[in-house]
Amino acid sequence: MRISVSNENKPILIASFFIVVILLAGTVYTLSTAGTAPLLSPKYLLQQLQTGSFLGICAAGMMMVILLGHIDLSIPWTLTAAAMTATAVGGEMALPTALAVGIAVGMLNGFGVAFLRIPSMIFTLGVDTVLRGLMVAQTGGFAPQDTATPLMLFLAKDRILGIPVALFVWAAVSVFVIVILTRTGFGRSIYATGSREGAAYLSGIRTRFVTMGAFVMSGLCASVAGVLLAGYSAKAYQGMGNAFLLPAIAAVVLGGTHILGGRGRYIGTLIGVILIVLLNSVLSIMQMPEAGRQIIYGTVIIAMLLVYGRNQRITS
Amino acid sequence: MRQGRLTRWFFQNVGLASALLLFAVLFFSYNMMHPRGFSAAVAVQNANETAAIAFLAMAQTLPVLLGGLDLSVGAVMTLTNCIASELVNGSPAQILLGVVATLLSGAAFGLMNGLIVVYGRIQPIIATLATGAIAIGLALLVRPKPGGDVDGDLGWALTNSVWDFADTYGIAGGGDAWWIRPFADIPVPVIIVLLVTILVWVPFRRSVTGRTVYAIGSAEGAAFMSGLPIDRAKIAAFTLGGFFAACGGLYLAIQTSSGNADIQQAGAYTLNSIAAVVLGGTSLLGGVGSAVGSLIGAGILRVISFYFRILDIDPLLQPLIEGVVLLVAVSFGAIRTLRVKNKLDLFR
Repeated sequence: MRISVSNENKPILIASFFIVVILLAGTVYTLSTAGTAPLLSPKYLLQQLQTGSFLGICAAGMMMVILLGHIDLSIPWTLTAAAMTATAVGGEMALPTALAVGIAVGMLNGFGVAFLRIPSMIFTLGVDTVLRGLMVAQTGGFAPQDTATPLMLFLAKDRILGIPVALFVWAAVSVFVIVILTRTGFGRSIYATGSREGAAYLSGIRTRFVTMGAFVMSGLCASVAGVLLAGYSAKAYQGMGNAFLLPAIAAVVLGGTHILGGRGRYIGTLIGVILIVLLNSVLSIMQMPEAGRQIIYGTVIIAMLLVYGRNQRITS
Repeated sequence: MRQGRLTRWFFQNVGLASALLLFAVLFFSYNMMHPRGFSAAVAVQNANETAAIAFLAMAQTLPVLLGGLDLSVGAVMTLTNCIASELVNGSPAQILLGVVATLLSGAAFGLMNGLIVVYGRIQPIIATLATGAIAIGLALLVRPKPGGDVDGDLGWALTNSVWDFADTYGIAGGGDAWWIRPFADIPVPVIIVLLVTILVWVPFRRSVTGRTVYAIGSAEGAAFMSGLPIDRAKIAAFTLGGFFAACGGLYLAIQTSSGNADIQQAGAYTLNSIAAVVLGGTSLLGGVGSAVGSLIGAGILRVISFYFRILDIDPLLQPLIEGVVLLVAVSFGAIRTLRVKNKLDLFR
């Protein structure tokens, strides 16, 4: 019996297979050196996924933008700005303010890309620099002294029934994104606009508002991740978002979303995030120095894309 | 007649011309406001701070002309910076060998990028994202801690004026010969950048391979149907990008006489190189622009930061002003949308 796999599901299957390989390789390593298998214990896995949820939420927003064929380079400082304003405002209003920051940044990005028609690569980069400037001017370049509110601490650190609350937040964001992408007109418009904006426009889709909506989603996701991360570290600090931009792009692409837009499933992004998180944790268990980590990280991305991320040749 | 040709050039190169104008105005008024403006010392200092980003902007130009993007230029610069900090010292022959090895390693890394993009058929932006991580890893292997040893004489000679260069190596009568007088105050980095541009970029631009790069950026399908050497042009573009990035890394090593595998610095240089390319009038959609424009773009980026020194602006506001200037500058690209007659033309 031949098992046929559609092109869209191939990346997801291969990435899942690779996750199993990583887990097995890590377990063999720990068994041979320490005689234990921490990678297979649910407690350890949950803890890894808890720290992975920040990346997961960023990647969910990034995916919406990449599906349009754009990219959002402003995620690092959107995340930081949301976290800093949340801790600075404090109290009941911390969370709504942070989300408002995310929405505002998303609208600015969307305006520049959709209405001014400036390439997203450079416009979001400029917005990122401006946000960094605003935060440096406001905080004096130091980590602000304000601490996270109890609600933020609860969302990032507490557990319900032994499962970290951050995972529930990630799951909620995931369900939200899946529903939007597969069950709403907005989601279908995103795919259509990403495939060919001119055709989508002629079909009556208001592509500019779709683009703006996707960027707002991305800003919103980044601000949620910022709130969680500030809760996790109990405060906001400079450059807290820098570590999320490139892994988020990598996770989305490893999950089979096409970087030029129009194709990709959210479940793939989810698996891409888990893959990157587990790869990182196995490498730190092996006490791999930073140099080796970077090389392995780059090689894995290239190797996996060589297996399933190849483009068609352009011949006409 | 001459007037007509000039006007035509202007309208064909609006982006480059306005970048040139902006740079001239900014640089001129900077020197007017500077207490020691228009002096060799100021020019040398400015040129030193601009050389590395100028090379990186040139490196970024080629992939952008193809319609792609190279996210590894900063990382390749860091890698070659670390290699140079190990190799560029000792006897003159050893120094020369070290310089050649550094430049070749950068070009080899660019070649790898090109091979992955052409034969792996992976989008440039995502392929270079991954190879950038590899380059940083290699840089950390070469130099786990910042430091290094670069020949002191070379460092002094290449980061000062032509007179100092001649004086260091005792050529042209120690810099006092009559024929070197007119050039004595020109900073050496400016000459290096111009030499690389004239000897490498201009011939490439005029070759079939170079023209193919532009053709691919405009319409890859049409370029293929016209029988142009697509694969060769793409590989050459990335290899040359690696070479330019290596020039930047080598210069940084000579300037700081050390190597530093700094991930943050690599990322910042990559992003600044994109900004410089855009400011220099090169289209991110591909097919339009030139490395000369990117040089000017890099100059604009740097002059803006020079202003902070003389204008007494709160240092905490500097990143904000830099960001706003960048955002406003690229927003001028929106003027294009006002001229569009058919709305469908917006959706290219």
